[in-house]
Amino acid sequence: MTTSQDNTLYGLVAEFDTPDALIHAAEVTREAGYQEIRAYTPFWIEQLSEVLEYKENVLPWLVYGGLFVGLVSGFALQYYTDVINYPLNIGGRPYNSWPAFFMPMYELAILFGALGAFLGMLLRNGLPLPYHPIFNVPDFEVASGKNFYLVIKVTDKRFHLQRTRQFLQGLAAKSVGEVKS
Amino acid sequence: MLSDEVRKSSLEQTGHHGGSWLSPAEVMNKISGLVLSLRTPGWWWVGLMVSGVLALGLFFLIVRLLQVGVGLWALNTPIIWGVDITNFIFWIGIGHAGTLISAVLYLFRQQWRTSLSRLSETMTIFALAVAGLWPIFHTGRPWLALWLTPYPNTLGLNPQWRSPLVWDVFAISTYLLVSLLFWFMGLVPDIAALRDRAKHPFAKLMYGLLSLGWRGEATHWQRYHTATFLLAALSTPLVISVHSIVGLDFAVGLVGGWHQSVFPPYFVAGAVFSGLAMVLLIALPLRAAFKLHDYIKMDYLESAAKVMLVTGLLVGYGYLMEAFAPYYAGHKDEVALFNDRASGFYAPAFWTMVTFNVVISQLLWFKAVRRSPFFLSVISIFVLIGMWLERFVIIVTSLYAQRLSSMWNPQIFGPWDYATALLPFGLFFTLLLLFIRFLPMLPIFETQEMVAEGHD
Repeated sequence: MTTSQDNTLYGLVAEFDTPDALIHAAEVTREAGYQEIRAYTPFWIEQLSEVLEYKENVLPWLVYGGLFVGLVSGFALQYYTDVINYPLNIGGRPYNSWPAFFMPMYELAILFGALGAFLGMLLRNGLPLPYHPIFNVPDFEVASGKNFYLVIKVTDKRFHLQRTRQFLQGLAAKSVGEVKS
Repeated sequence: MLSDEVRKSSLEQTGHHGGSWLSPAEVMNKISGLVLSLRTPGWWWVGLMVSGVLALGLFFLIVRLLQVGVGLWALNTPIIWGVDITNFIFWIGIGHAGTLISAVLYLFRQQWRTSLSRLSETMTIFALAVAGLWPIFHTGRPWLALWLTPYPNTLGLNPQWRSPLVWDVFAISTYLLVSLLFWFMGLVPDIAALRDRAKHPFAKLMYGLLSLGWRGEATHWQRYHTATFLLAALSTPLVISVHSIVGLDFAVGLVGGWHQSVFPPYFVAGAVFSGLAMVLLIALPLRAAFKLHDYIKMDYLESAAKVMLVTGLLVGYGYLMEAFAPYYAGHKDEVALFNDRASGFYAPAFWTMVTFNVVISQLLWFKAVRRSPFFLSVISIFVLIGMWLERFVIIVTSLYAQRLSSMWNPQIFGPWDYATALLPFGLFFTLLLLFIRFLPMLPIFETQEMVAEGHD
């Protein structure tokens, strides 16, 4: 563990050619007991989330929350303006014309739900984040279509510079390198 | 890189391929190359010049409108809605196909939508931007348009919540915001890709800012995918509600020819119908100009044409119901109004509408027509004209001959009305041309995903 004292190091990166190679490597790394693994891919790979045992459960609730807030605030707005703030008799309709109120409520519910989905995605992903150590990897490119990366972070309990490097090299990686933080 | 060049030239020679050899890396090279290339094609400048001049004309028209007021158009009591509201409904409708392709067909896992999705989402945003102008300027005093929104004020002024016109404000602004979110979210990973590819420091900076620091982490992708799915699931009921509410603008009123329950669904079908025509009209020239035959395949365009045929039939059903309802109800005024539509002053507009929308679109039953870029373009132009006329016919024929004969007076278009109908296309295509030069017109990562999964 002596080498992990180096606090300029973020982790070790292995680069792969194909999605399948990366999925396989992630599987093996997971089985070897590493926890602090990050994978970088040009596009969404469904199996990778399964291998990394990651499932997004919070985001749907943010959307439900947004839908609820939209419905309630939409009704509150209309009830307040039409019944409390300035009751106005329009064609003899009841002040609380809730069936007509439903359309703005519906639209606001969808608006807040969508904001929940978008902002929730950013929030949960910790974006926007202008700087990240992975950008230090030479030739790192988000959607090159041919670079698939696996990073074992230095904070992992099992991380050991030499042994982890050897381990990654054993995974048929195209190249293995250090990621400076 | 040599092999890419060879493949590119072979693509240019043969034009059409099965496409199974496309790799994710090639997708990236091709699509990012369209944006990052420093050589701007000549036709782009010509297109920008033409549409830019039209957009400037629109600007001039709006200045003139602010000087003289809405009397600039052939509006008068009782024909208080004319070319402006026709434009509004037409352009809102154009946007609907974008959401259909990007959200509804996403939920149905239709692979063919992928290559068309970015273009059609972009079309939605710009069509909504154009549409939004008309109700605001229609108010006559656009600087008071904020009165449509609920805000605390000393006038004690609140919106009239029972009015479909207020529902419209909420529906359209929600639709614009949600479409923008959907569009921008789809762009984030693609902008990140451009950021990593761009050579020019300014381009790198701008793409870098817009990419929000996207780095393609696997867990991020998972959340991103969940968010996209949820947004699609929200956009689907939204898009149906938007043109339904526009339909209610009419159906809730007691004006003859408007007060019909078929309006909301019939408006939605018409919106998608005209929107698909616009998608095809945008995609076909770009496909030819940028040699995107391997991306926007004929099969995909054919699928779009099939949806167009179905929505065209729904529109035809709407016309039939519009004719059937007055006779079935036996309402004297409604019957008279329908007869007047079909044989009165505006009969040429009515029959042109029926021919362009319902008769000509029947050609899409033929496979050869659906697979011919030429026929698809021509049919799309007819459909766009027909759908514009549909909104015109609905609005004006109902308003010009109301129940008192003293109110009968046709609306005769002047030069400003024709200009108002045509010039918005300038603004729309200016925005679209700028978009295709600066942002990827095909979704990079979605296409890669599709290619990697082995779909062609």
